[in-house]
Amino acid sequence: MAAFILSRILQAIPVMLVVALISFAMFAYVGDPVAIMLGQDFTEAQRLQLVHDLGLDQPFFVQFATFVGHALQGEFGLSYRLSRPVAELIAERAPATLELAFCAALVALLVGVPMGVYTGLYRNSWLSRAFLTFSLIGVSLPTFLIGILLILIFSVWLGWLPSFGRGEVVRIGWWSTGLLTLSGLKALVLPSITLGMFQLTLIMRLVRAEMLEVLRTDYIKFARARGLSNRAINFGHALKNTLVPVITIAGLQLGGIIAFAIVTETVFQWPGMGLLFIQSVGAADIPVMAAYLLLIALVFVIINLVVDLLYYLVDPRLRIGRGAAGGH
Amino acid sequence: MPPPVLSVRGLRVEFPTRRGVLTALSDVSFDIAPGEVLGVVGESGAGKSMTGAAIIGLLEPPGRIAGGEIRLQGERIDTLPYDRMRRIRGKRIGAIFQDPLTTLNPLYTVGRQLIETMQTHLSLSDREARQRAIGWLEMVGIPAAAQRVDSYPHEFSGGMRQRVVIALALCAEPILVVADEPTTALDVSIQAQIIALLKRLAREKGTAMMLVTHDMGVIAETADRVAVMYAGRIAEIGPVRAVVKAPKHPYSAGLMASIPPLDRKVAHLAGIEGAMPRLSAIPPGCAFNPRCPHVFDRCRRERPELIETGTTRAACWLYDPASERQAPELLRHG
Repeated sequence: MAAFILSRILQAIPVMLVVALISFAMFAYVGDPVAIMLGQDFTEAQRLQLVHDLGLDQPFFVQFATFVGHALQGEFGLSYRLSRPVAELIAERAPATLELAFCAALVALLVGVPMGVYTGLYRNSWLSRAFLTFSLIGVSLPTFLIGILLILIFSVWLGWLPSFGRGEVVRIGWWSTGLLTLSGLKALVLPSITLGMFQLTLIMRLVRAEMLEVLRTDYIKFARARGLSNRAINFGHALKNTLVPVITIAGLQLGGIIAFAIVTETVFQWPGMGLLFIQSVGAADIPVMAAYLLLIALVFVIINLVVDLLYYLVDPRLRIGRGAAGGH
Repeated sequence: MPPPVLSVRGLRVEFPTRRGVLTALSDVSFDIAPGEVLGVVGESGAGKSMTGAAIIGLLEPPGRIAGGEIRLQGERIDTLPYDRMRRIRGKRIGAIFQDPLTTLNPLYTVGRQLIETMQTHLSLSDREARQRAIGWLEMVGIPAAAQRVDSYPHEFSGGMRQRVVIALALCAEPILVVADEPTTALDVSIQAQIIALLKRLAREKGTAMMLVTHDMGVIAETADRVAVMYAGRIAEIGPVRAVVKAPKHPYSAGLMASIPPLDRKVAHLAGIEGAMPRLSAIPPGCAFNPRCPHVFDRCRRERPELIETGTTRAACWLYDPASERQAPELLRHG
């Protein structure tokens, strides 16, 4: 097990290096930091001095190595736009995005899996058809439209839920949470649904397809022939066998939820990393963009590792080297 | 004679399709006595497996029982609601499927599958159930059962898995086991062991068995009686010795002649000309008439019922004294 985790971490290193190279390349090719920092009036001597101070006169690989070295220590320099350390900015915004992503994933799983099981079991009931139609809408409507429609219905017309912001937050150490206040929880509802909607419908359709597949297998027929109860067959034998592909997709989708919270955060003015990113793009604030890119890559790498570990928990056939297979 | 464990009368199974209703089984009748092994043979598609599926109440939809009745120890079971029938499956009728590689749930240990089956049907504590699970694994010949009880199916070979399947079918001590091609997916060398095991356990526990197979060797070795099926009907039924050594129905005779003899060389293995008709194109009269070497007019007009032939009962007009043609010497005396 330890060897497996180690090998996965080693495999992740080149991935992270490539992403680091891309973020690093942004500094060189998107805008000129020297020009931005010097402003309008400067002498050639001042310019050369700054180039030297920033280390831009050093060979490419030395610059890249310095960048990676700083990144490893969580140092991404100062934001061009806000003139504050990037790491501090991201740490300030991360709790909002992570809480939103967590709630969205929860919505997607807790609603998507039961709906998938139901539509798989009762293929022809009217409720299944309704779920499938609904899922088609969820898959095809763009996120910003869902968000705006929800705001229109629940904030503008009904006035039940806030249309923007996080509500009141409570600080626990450096982490600010909206989960502990009523206004914070109310503010989470609409963005979570908006962000989780696509994942919800995807998970539902995936679970349904897998259930249909598994229910046709011989071991389910044999479980029926053994007289097991429907509950044991559907939720024990069948559902567990659908989990491996569902974990894969759900895991990758969770990464997607964190990375692409940008649209939802913009619609709801959610003070998270996505909003920070989109504002940074607008101002060509490259240090923030580079750091965000690296952070998201790291999130994906970690989620992939967790997904691989979950496989081992679910499927005993993957636990190699445990007990020898018997002969005849 | 004791009352039969299983009694099937006039069983008819239909499949509604877009192009009309297909009759997959019709007028299938037989009994199985306590402790008796009934072999059911025939070509693929003759309705052997479907008869078994109808008995355990697990016909694939849209197939349905359209007529006749199935009685288990006198109680009618073909009309029971799903949940009452569920309590009979596993408890009073065990089932063994063809391919042991796919019949066990890959994500549960064999012990857990045994325990859940027993706890569904018998009131056993966890400890008792586990003890019994180990006992059953020993009984079906799995070495080091106490350790292997916690193994997953993929850690067993095909033959060993079929032993586990047999343990699962028998663990609630049913009075009848429906075994659908239990050795077809196994190596030849393993087949004999599995058949011997099934036979021994059925004898020890007094379990009656319906053994579906297309392997005549398995039937000859295991069964007490044999039913030969053709195109959804029983062509001939009788004691194994009579049907194998002196088949009366021309189809059974063809089937037996196609088994290669071991004691002498044959230049040319006998086969039966033609192929079994599709369900949608069963000819009028006797379904076998287009392939029958002894066919005469009546066979094309009327469908024969099972007729006493002396040793067996065969659905063939050759044995009706009123027919214009009678069975040739070869068939009559074998």
